[in-house]
Amino acid sequence: MKAIEFENVSFSYEEGGAFAIKNLNFSVGEGEFLAVLGHNGSGKSTLARLANGLLEADGGTIRVFGEELTEKNLFEIRKQVGIVFQNPDNQTVASIVEDDIAFGAENIALPREDIGERIDFALKAVGMEAYRNATVSRLSGGQKQRVAIAGVLAVMPKVLILDESTAMLDPKGRREIIDCVTRLNREEGITVVLITHFMEEALRASRAIVMNRGEIVMQGTPEDIFERHEELLTYNLTLPLIGRICKDLRAGGLPVADTLDASSLAKEIALCVSKQSI
Amino acid sequence: MKDVAFGQYYPTKSFVHNLDPRLKILFLIAYIVAIFLAKNFVGLGCCLVVLALAIGFSRVPVLRVFKAIKGILFLIVFTTVLNLLFYNGETVYAEWWIFTITKEGIIFSAFLVIRLILLITCSSLLTYTTTPVALTDGIESLLFPLTLIRFPVRELAQIMSIALRYIPILIDETERIMNAQKARGANFESGGLISRVKAVIPVLIPLLLSSFRRAEELGDAMEARCYTGGRKRTKYKKLRFTWRDLIAFLLGAALIAGVVLLKVYLGATI
Repeated sequence: MKAIEFENVSFSYEEGGAFAIKNLNFSVGEGEFLAVLGHNGSGKSTLARLANGLLEADGGTIRVFGEELTEKNLFEIRKQVGIVFQNPDNQTVASIVEDDIAFGAENIALPREDIGERIDFALKAVGMEAYRNATVSRLSGGQKQRVAIAGVLAVMPKVLILDESTAMLDPKGRREIIDCVTRLNREEGITVVLITHFMEEALRASRAIVMNRGEIVMQGTPEDIFERHEELLTYNLTLPLIGRICKDLRAGGLPVADTLDASSLAKEIALCVSKQSI
Repeated sequence: MKDVAFGQYYPTKSFVHNLDPRLKILFLIAYIVAIFLAKNFVGLGCCLVVLALAIGFSRVPVLRVFKAIKGILFLIVFTTVLNLLFYNGETVYAEWWIFTITKEGIIFSAFLVIRLILLITCSSLLTYTTTPVALTDGIESLLFPLTLIRFPVRELAQIMSIALRYIPILIDETERIMNAQKARGANFESGGLISRVKAVIPVLIPLLLSSFRRAEELGDAMEARCYTGGRKRTKYKKLRFTWRDLIAFLLGAALIAGVVLLKVYLGATI
């Protein structure tokens, strides 16, 4: 079953203006972890907004779990596709953590007892149980963003889209969020679409697509995509740090195999060095 | 800037925090009425005692409560001085050019100061002890009769709660913009009135722009979380009237009655 399916979808912000999304065809399988890469203005945020009906496509068809997205089923679709945005401060509506998480559940008119359960579930899912009654404005960036994820989870969507949700966070906060969504994907079976321009984050995904000027220009496993680093550069994207180090090491004469993982790079280096010293 | 404490919730557990927000709102209104009904120092003293008790039971640090006054200190001093110098009274203590200081003027100014302080302190006590959500729930519940004439009460309540939620964020943002302007040589602290007002413009414009951007993003986030204005919603936190509320209600009613009786029996000082 396909969670989200785009068929020849086009969209432009101004009538007759340049296309932000051009004839886009792609799909996300149920339970998949997809990374969407691209530099600023490549159309990746537009893609997120189209998938949840915040924007209406100019042409083409968008299907969510087989059902075509129309004006009529917008509300039902939004229950299934949740988006976490970039700035954590601009997506919390209430001052207290649990009140904010309750917001989405209240919107879909759940009975009160169920809302309590949903809050328990959502807080546990993002590891913020201890902050149920905390004031949102006093949390760290990563914690705020986890509350934002919990707020989306309270509606129990089957698909979670993260639209550059880590862009404004420090490295620690970024890791918190990526760990959190990786766990949600593996343990809760939630389909994750991670939109980012940090290459390292894409490594957790099972598949990645690269966008440029509203079109998909590359796709495959993150490892496949990072292999083609020359091509990535033409789309203004650079390799993850470990990948770049591998490349530089080889250029410097140490024949290490390509890897994107720090510990396996260390092993590679150790292996090469021990071979050379013999 | 951080001293603008108004509208910030102080999280702790206390008798006052646990009261029904509707009751607290009504109590605040009644209290303000009482402050203005009190025409002699005994009545005003009663109001003061009630406020002191409320602060005590709220477990909000006294210093924090009084911080709210700092914001209107200028207003207090300004009106007091004006009243002191221009109030028309009979017992004249001193006179110079167009200024006269009279006994009535002094009493009136003292009343005014106490009233303003009580007014600000009790209002900020409400926001210190009530979460914005509870506050808007309370207002919504109190305004509920207006839904009969199709007034969008729930939407109004939502707007208010968001406004309260964004006060600390906008304060931080103002500080950030001011620092950025200071780093580039802007001067907010010295100069005449006109140059100071002019200095504020480069702060206000970016603040306004960023607020619009925030509003747009928040709108998207709310919609993405299934918010659609008029649609039926449920409530996680239900307001409940308990024995605590009954006690507070009786105390409040006693206060108003007391102040009115004092006015009738003791007469008015002013």
